[in-house]
Amino acid sequence: MEFFERFAVPHPSPAIYASMVAIGLTVIAIFAGLTYFKKWGFLWREWLTTVDHKRIGIMYLISAILMLFRGGADAIMMRAQLAAPENKLLDAQHYNEIFSTHGVVMILFMAMPFIIGLMNFVIPLQIGARDVAFPRLNALSFWLFFAGAMLFNISFVVGGSPDAGWTSYFPLAGNDFSQSVGTNYYMIAIQIAGLGTLMTGINFLATILKMRAPGMTLMKMPMFTWSAFIANIIIVFAFPVLTVALAMGTLDRLFGANFFTSNNGGMDMLWANLFWVWGHPEVYILILPAFGIYSEVISTFARRNLYGYKSMVGSMVIISVLSFVVWVHHFFTMGQGAFVNSIFSITTMAIAVPTGVKIFNWLFTLHKGKIVITTPMLYSLLFIPLFTIGGVTGVMLGMSAADYQYHNTMFLVAHFHMVIIPGVVFAMLAGLTYYWPKMFGFMLNERIGKWSAWTIGISTLVAFMPMFFSGLDGQARRMYTYSEASGFAIWNMISFIGAAGLAVGFALIVYNIYYSFRYASRDIGSDPWDARTLEWSTHTPVPEYNFAKIPQIDSVEPFWDQKKHGKKLFEGELEKIHMPNNSGIPFIMGILFFLWGFSFIFAMWIPVIIFTLAIFGCMAYQSFEKDHGRYIPLEEVEETENKLGGNR
Amino acid sequence: MKIDHSLPLEYSTEQNRLKILGFWIFLGAEIMLFATLFASYFVLVNGTGNGPSGAEIFEITPVLAETILLLTSSFTIGLAIHAMRLGNKKAMLVFFGITLVLGLAFLGVEIYEFVHYVHVGAGLQTSAFTAILLTTLGTHGAHVTFGLFWGLFILLQVKKNGLTPETTNKSFIFSLYWHFLDVVWIFIFSFVYLKGMM
Repeated sequence: MEFFERFAVPHPSPAIYASMVAIGLTVIAIFAGLTYFKKWGFLWREWLTTVDHKRIGIMYLISAILMLFRGGADAIMMRAQLAAPENKLLDAQHYNEIFSTHGVVMILFMAMPFIIGLMNFVIPLQIGARDVAFPRLNALSFWLFFAGAMLFNISFVVGGSPDAGWTSYFPLAGNDFSQSVGTNYYMIAIQIAGLGTLMTGINFLATILKMRAPGMTLMKMPMFTWSAFIANIIIVFAFPVLTVALAMGTLDRLFGANFFTSNNGGMDMLWANLFWVWGHPEVYILILPAFGIYSEVISTFARRNLYGYKSMVGSMVIISVLSFVVWVHHFFTMGQGAFVNSIFSITTMAIAVPTGVKIFNWLFTLHKGKIVITTPMLYSLLFIPLFTIGGVTGVMLGMSAADYQYHNTMFLVAHFHMVIIPGVVFAMLAGLTYYWPKMFGFMLNERIGKWSAWTIGISTLVAFMPMFFSGLDGQARRMYTYSEASGFAIWNMISFIGAAGLAVGFALIVYNIYYSFRYASRDIGSDPWDARTLEWSTHTPVPEYNFAKIPQIDSVEPFWDQKKHGKKLFEGELEKIHMPNNSGIPFIMGILFFLWGFSFIFAMWIPVIIFTLAIFGCMAYQSFEKDHGRYIPLEEVEETENKLGGNR
Repeated sequence: MKIDHSLPLEYSTEQNRLKILGFWIFLGAEIMLFATLFASYFVLVNGTGNGPSGAEIFEITPVLAETILLLTSSFTIGLAIHAMRLGNKKAMLVFFGITLVLGLAFLGVEIYEFVHYVHVGAGLQTSAFTAILLTTLGTHGAHVTFGLFWGLFILLQVKKNGLTPETTNKSFIFSLYWHFLDVVWIFIFSFVYLKGMM
């Protein structure tokens, strides 16, 4: 029994025991269902071993939506706890764990896979490629992300959740102040998922640089591809910093090193610096692809080309550079002195300029456009004013002298939610709705979609605007309760109502998926939105090889030119098509990394060694494996093309 | 697989060119990894606590031996790739083998060096300085160790399958990796050891 005691939750509550039961039952139900319906083989062949970017993209999106609800449950619990003064729903320790996991889950396991999922699905289609540069590496990226996410998610029922905030500042996150294995989960789970993200970055850079259809020069790439390109450059340069920081944190916690301790020469501020050297660029990894989605959606539904293409690209390049030189603004009050703070204040406020350029470009795209209000467009139109509120308050926070007034208050919480929700989440919902027909062959119901967009838009304001006021009045973030006399109660009650509204909005989206799955028409053609770029020129559902013939590009909107000006997009004869083979290795490595991470977290060194060797064994196996892919024969290509509505 | 005969074998197919580009991007990420380690080293170099400083524990002899071994191995992997381009499989295998032997010798000296540090009371837990020193050196050493196995597998594949677009591609990418480790070592030699001993 002694062996198992380490897995006990140090600070249990009935809710956690209920979750344990629920998780157990869900796992049993999934296994039983798969066995009963004899779906194991299907699951293995079609999904677990797939290297198809479209399926990997869809798996990323499913994971992201699941994590959205996990993080959302955390959010509702926090808002419920704070809804009334001196509330007893959660105690301080639970509150700490919940705001820590809420942050990590939402940023790393919801927003990141959402974006990477859309990149996976859309980018090869947008550039006229048949897959990404390294399809098997892509599958490995997904399974590493998934292993990391699952590892992080079991923390609250096995051994305890991290409780030092999503920033996990030392010395609070050190062994002295965080004694449970929670912070080990943080260090290891994010490390595993981060490796996957780094591989994605490399993969997509190679894909975008080398695999564009003939004629598509860099300045003829669709805007989403451009934004993903820049975001992936940031990934490649920012994630190694996180890798090192997490490795140091692991060494401190599990091997007694002194990087971030308060004695033996350690320096806790080094963690804060390294974390934000990664953490601030991370924000732009999230927001730039979101901007790319808005550019696609706004241009499609304003029925005109994107205004200011070159300045859009230029401003993203400038943002990517500036993103690496602003990190100190996350801790102006932590002792750098006036000179350093002033420099970082200026670089921070400078980011508002290229961002402003982009906002005006979208407005000018709308100007003289024939605007069609669809659900994706509604999200985009809600984004512009709401995001501007978040952005302008960001400039307020960027002024270091003024920041002393509202740092670490609810004002900050309101600011970053007002940029991330309208910026990233609305974009992902817009992107999901926009690309849904391409993915699944039916459209999401527009009526329910607009209801959910309005509900989410208004609820965002209701949930987060009050925090600006309570924050300016001095309500600190990350405090599990406050007194009646503080006067914060009314603001927090309004916030709670907004949070409940957000929950209703997201529930409506789920209902919409169910409703549309049952009732929506399957006869929608391949271009239901009358769109402009290449991904809409292929069939729906998209055949495995994406394009039977590789398109010839000579403009930014080749598909629009084909539709309106009769330009030929696809020429030449059908040929046999070379495609990569499926592989079970990425999935197996994902499982091994999960087990490796789990053993590492609990410092069980013998399993760690075994799983390390097994992981290297998989890599050695891959090195010796001969896999030259396979050819889809011409007859099969012809048959597929005819079935899907004719050769293009 | 379309093979373009106007290019060297390792560049001859589309997939090969993709792999080489992808690896260069990966090296970009590796530069960031080591840059972060160096930056942290400079931050923590004076954080010696009650432990020794660099000047007290560094020994020039093993460090010089490691430097000579690794720099020579970088030269021999260059010769191996040159032989590969000329289509001389035997010479390539010999130089490739010498590279791995030199790498192994480097690793042996580095292990001796680590044992020495722990012996004189400069272990991972001693101070922030020793932690970042051993982590920086250890990350480089782990890369070399990984490279030894990886290189060995490639060597075996070249031996078995000859110089094909696939094996030459792997060998060329391995050479990029090996040169990169050499460059990192030059920075370690200059900014960790020489600066520490001055």
